[in-house]
Amino acid sequence: MQITINGVATDVDHHITVAALVSGRATERSRVAVAVNAEVVPRSQWDMAQLEPGDSIELLTATAGG
Amino acid sequence: MTTHQVVPALESEEATDPFLLAGETFTSRLLLGTGGVPSLEVLERAIVASGTQLVTVALRRVETSTSGGLLEVLDRCGVRLLPNTAGCMTAREAVLTAQLAREAFDTGWVKLEVIGDEHTLLPDPVELLDAAEQLVADGFTVLPYTSDDPILARRLADAGCAAVMPLGSPIGSGLGIRNPHNIALIREMVSVPVVLDAGIGTASDAALAMELGCDAVLLASAVTHARDAEQMALAMRHAVEAGRLAAGAGRIPRRWHAQASTPMQGRPDL
Repeated sequence: MQITINGVATDVDHHITVAALVSGRATERSRVAVAVNAEVVPRSQWDMAQLEPGDSIELLTATAGG
Repeated sequence: MTTHQVVPALESEEATDPFLLAGETFTSRLLLGTGGVPSLEVLERAIVASGTQLVTVALRRVETSTSGGLLEVLDRCGVRLLPNTAGCMTAREAVLTAQLAREAFDTGWVKLEVIGDEHTLLPDPVELLDAAEQLVADGFTVLPYTSDDPILARRLADAGCAAVMPLGSPIGSGLGIRNPHNIALIREMVSVPVVLDAGIGTASDAALAMELGCDAVLLASAVTHARDAEQMALAMRHAVEAGRLAAGAGRIPRRWHAQASTPMQGRPDL
């Protein structure tokens, strides 16, 4: 199925969880935040949260700023 | 100037009196932003030289992030993270960004920025107050970057913000404090800490902020873009301490004409 990850259309396994997506793309699970369709997905729900076709995911971490 | 009334005189040997912010105690009154830093090595040296204990970070996409090692450096320095909402232009975006930062960094503290314009980077007061109210209701410790408008600062404090952080001049401009009178007025009008945020160009600007009665100074570009960031960080540390001490000591009144400090009495007839 196709979803959008950080603005890029991407093919992923059907009903992949947020946890699986994060572990494949972030070097560490900690200090990363995830929004799906502009809503925060708390870390405690990552294992249960299944993505749907067309979902828009923002995978965020710290950068220098401010 | 009446700043001597709000800054206590110092009795001990410590550099300055402790800085109390949202129930936490800091010995440093200098907050450092990490934006514009040329390398992580320079950042680490600057943080150490500045003596800061509170450092801002932004939240950005993992792919485009240039943060490799940033958090490790901040961990090593033992500083507390202050996530910001840089780049947000609406209350909705800023609230969501703050909530994501809370998830990522496990802190309810946020430097709230809601800008109204990409050219001036000046705060959008309407969206800022809206976002502040929402985040306070959500349990955040809200530290809003605001314009130097005393009435808006009071509204933000009344909304439950843990501090107000008025700009001296636009972000990254290095123009210093354009309206010192407003900064002093803000200090008089709110009971929460006042942190001068944005516009600092050099050490004397930071000292002036403290002399005006500010409780702390937040700066980034003045250090990260300086030819020698480490040395400027050290200068800022001393400037903030000197300004705080001077504010507590109480400056002399300004006079139109000179006043001799040496007595005329006993002058020899030559």
